Amino acid sequence: MAGGKSEQRDDWHDWLADMARQATTDDLRHFYAGFPSDSTCPVGDAPLIAIDLETSGLEPRHHAILSIGVVPFTLRGIGIGQRRHWILRPPQEFSGESVAYHHITHSEVEQAPDLADVLPDVLASIHGRIPVVHYHPIERRFLDRAVRQRTGTVFRFPLIDTMEIEAQRHRRPWRLRLRKLLRQSPESIRLNDSRIRYGLPPYEGHQAVLDAIGTAELLQAQIQHHYSSSTAVGDLWL
Amino acid sequence: MDPELLEMRRHLSAHPPFDGLTDDQLDDIANHVDICYYRAGSEIIASNQPIKALFYVRSGAVEVYRRSGDLFDRLGEGSIFGHYGLLRGRRAHYPAIAIEDTLIYAIDADIFDRLCETDNDFADFVELGRPRTSSVADTQGVSNNRMATRIRRLVNRRPLIAEADETARDVAQRLANEPAAALLVVEARGDDPRYTYADADGELWQVMGILTDADFRARIVAEGRSVDTPVREIVSQGLVAVRSDETVQEAMLAMLRHNVHHLAVIHRRRPIGVIRLEDVVRYETQSSLYLIESIFSQRHPIGLARLLPDVRNAAVRLIRDGADSRTVGTALSSIGRSFARRLLELAEAELGPPPVPYAFMAMGSMARNEQTLVTDQDNALVLDDRFDPQQHDEYFLKLAQRVSEGLDACGYEYCKGGIMATNPRWRQPLSVWQRYFRSWIQAPNAERLLHSNIFFDLDNLYGEERLIETLQELIATEAGQSPAFLAAMSRNALNRTPPIGFFREFVTEKDGQQNDSINVKRRGTAPLTDLVRIHALACGSRAQNSFERLADIKETSLLGPGVADRLSYSLEVLSLARLRDQVLDIEEEREPDNNIEPRNVPAKQRAEIKEAFRALSDAQKFLRFRYPMPSSSAHKRQR
Repeated sequence: MAGGKSEQRDDWHDWLADMARQATTDDLRHFYAGFPSDSTCPVGDAPLIAIDLETSGLEPRHHAILSIGVVPFTLRGIGIGQRRHWILRPPQEFSGESVAYHHITHSEVEQAPDLADVLPDVLASIHGRIPVVHYHPIERRFLDRAVRQRTGTVFRFPLIDTMEIEAQRHRRPWRLRLRKLLRQSPESIRLNDSRIRYGLPPYEGHQAVLDAIGTAELLQAQIQHHYSSSTAVGDLWL
Repeated sequence: MDPELLEMRRHLSAHPPFDGLTDDQLDDIANHVDICYYRAGSEIIASNQPIKALFYVRSGAVEVYRRSGDLFDRLGEGSIFGHYGLLRGRRAHYPAIAIEDTLIYAIDADIFDRLCETDNDFADFVELGRPRTSSVADTQGVSNNRMATRIRRLVNRRPLIAEADETARDVAQRLANEPAAALLVVEARGDDPRYTYADADGELWQVMGILTDADFRARIVAEGRSVDTPVREIVSQGLVAVRSDETVQEAMLAMLRHNVHHLAVIHRRRPIGVIRLEDVVRYETQSSLYLIESIFSQRHPIGLARLLPDVRNAAVRLIRDGADSRTVGTALSSIGRSFARRLLELAEAELGPPPVPYAFMAMGSMARNEQTLVTDQDNALVLDDRFDPQQHDEYFLKLAQRVSEGLDACGYEYCKGGIMATNPRWRQPLSVWQRYFRSWIQAPNAERLLHSNIFFDLDNLYGEERLIETLQELIATEAGQSPAFLAAMSRNALNRTPPIGFFREFVTEKDGQQNDSINVKRRGTAPLTDLVRIHALACGSRAQNSFERLADIKETSLLGPGVADRLSYSLEVLSLARLRDQVLDIEEEREPDNNIEPRNVPAKQRAEIKEAFRALSDAQKFLRFRYPMPSSSAHKRQR
């Protein structure tokens, strides 16, 4: 087990170093080189950033990113003043479909920039911080595809996933079996349902920055309940 | 506008002191917030730790402790803490611990400073815990200002309005149909900008004057004019108007100066009503002064009992007009005394002159001039020492019964503890009273302490002043000199504790019917009054009123600097809360009581009440140290 963990740590360290060499743009090279790749760093000392994407659907090949919300934080505080929010114009191929979700209006989307225009800005805000998301396949796949299309560089890096942490607590096989025995449905691990288990207030979701803030709060709660601030980031990231 | 801040702003704006802030100020706050989660049981701030933020409980619950380890406050969603520390050297005074999983918004100290400087309400709120010397003066200034009733309060219907070209007949018909005694005459395209206003359609009108019944009589009938005369020709020239925010007093003066019985009331040039001399007179006669006059003109106890609704109206009006608790307490006590005095006069008229001189003594809230709308009778008879029970007691028993029954009929309930002149124990010659008082002071026990609390606020209601003065003198000179007595009183005063352990709202009484409410007399004003009495006795004050006692105490170094002011402020807050709730009870046609329901208390007042309870709790703690039980040897030596 311990061996598996350290292998994974080494994977990311080497991967990030490789990507820093191979990146096609200076922004991406800078991003990879600056990624806090020390997997032994205690999570309490780590600079983190919660990221949330609003997308027009769940499938990166058929849907587009509509907005990105980020908020930098540490376990000691979530700095609301440093939050960032970008509304994006979907590429031509997606523009036909309804994008009026997530509190974003058509006109906002039509006037919005393409991801390529704001990518340096997005990368700069994430720079030097470990991304935290709720349900990582969305962020990982959508961002990778969008960035790769525009720059040709793979966009993949370690992520801490609060849903994964929740799944480990609530979707362990013995728990599932027990709940099945008691004829209960599995605990929901959606963002708001997870938050409620830690006494966090419900937020009106589906707004990228607010969900990012909600995710950051959830990680603070999860670390206090299940780990400690000295837990190594390598034990948390995926 | 940042939609992502909406959630935060919405939450902040639902809680004081943020509820009065502008959207821009709220955005400013939200942009300078650090959010942090604390698991139940973890420490949020440690004592004496430097603090750089105001803490806001977004969800969960927090307990704040004193350094001694005592609970200082328990806070729920929407509460703030850390402001005392921010105001005093940026150091946490009290440690704070999350007692549930808690989400905290830490608001940057610079923003806090900016809000304190630019927003008076915010500053007042966060500085509540400070000595309130200046603020007490402010509150009183404000309430005096508000005491002057605005004339708009007397306007109870929209004015009838006629155009200048309408005929006298049409207008008279409208007056008769309404029915009303006066209407306003307006004309288009006026030339006096003071009285020109736009109607709902945007047309400009000017108020020419008021047309009254008397104008029809004098200018149509007496002069034999046609009823088809346009009203423009009969309306009195020169409009007499008052602005809606002028006082009743000013309106009355305007009527006298212009010798008119009707005034137009103007709000921003638009006429909003007509008031008549009768309205003003009726308003004035509801005052407590008028009420007292009418008490003394009653010839029978039944007539007195009929005045009960007037008593309530007078009090309700005073409180609505923003009078402070002292004004209301004095007015209600004066009314109560007047009832008792009139009952005694009527009884004497029936029973004949008293066989020996006597004094009818008032105790408790009436003696302190602190009566509210809910009060029972505490009274006693002090008789001249020539009193002979065999010969004279029948007269005084009857006298006491007349008063007691009469007061009960007027809404002053019988004392449950039997402390009334009808009880032979409390109908005694002066020498016996002196023995009573000395035994209470020299050998206090539970029952005697209870009596001390009631009888040591005493005042003459009727009869021989000197009898009561002798007793007042005895208390002032002897009670303060007895450390053992003061110590016993102090212990006794600590029996009733303020509800400091609030959770989210208040810890409400859970005894039977009074669910979700708190008895603000039992848990607030009564223990505070007891405490003030002890300090007053200790410093030899002869004042009976708690505010006056506090003023006397302030002259000494008995309490720390600012403490007397803080207690004065707290007593005002708690008394007003009690009175306001009683008014609410009356308005909603419930029998008024001493319980306040937290849901009826606006958030800002709730914070003031919490602060007042806290001040009481602090003062109670001090009491124990100030009046320690003398050790038995020291006690002997003193004797």
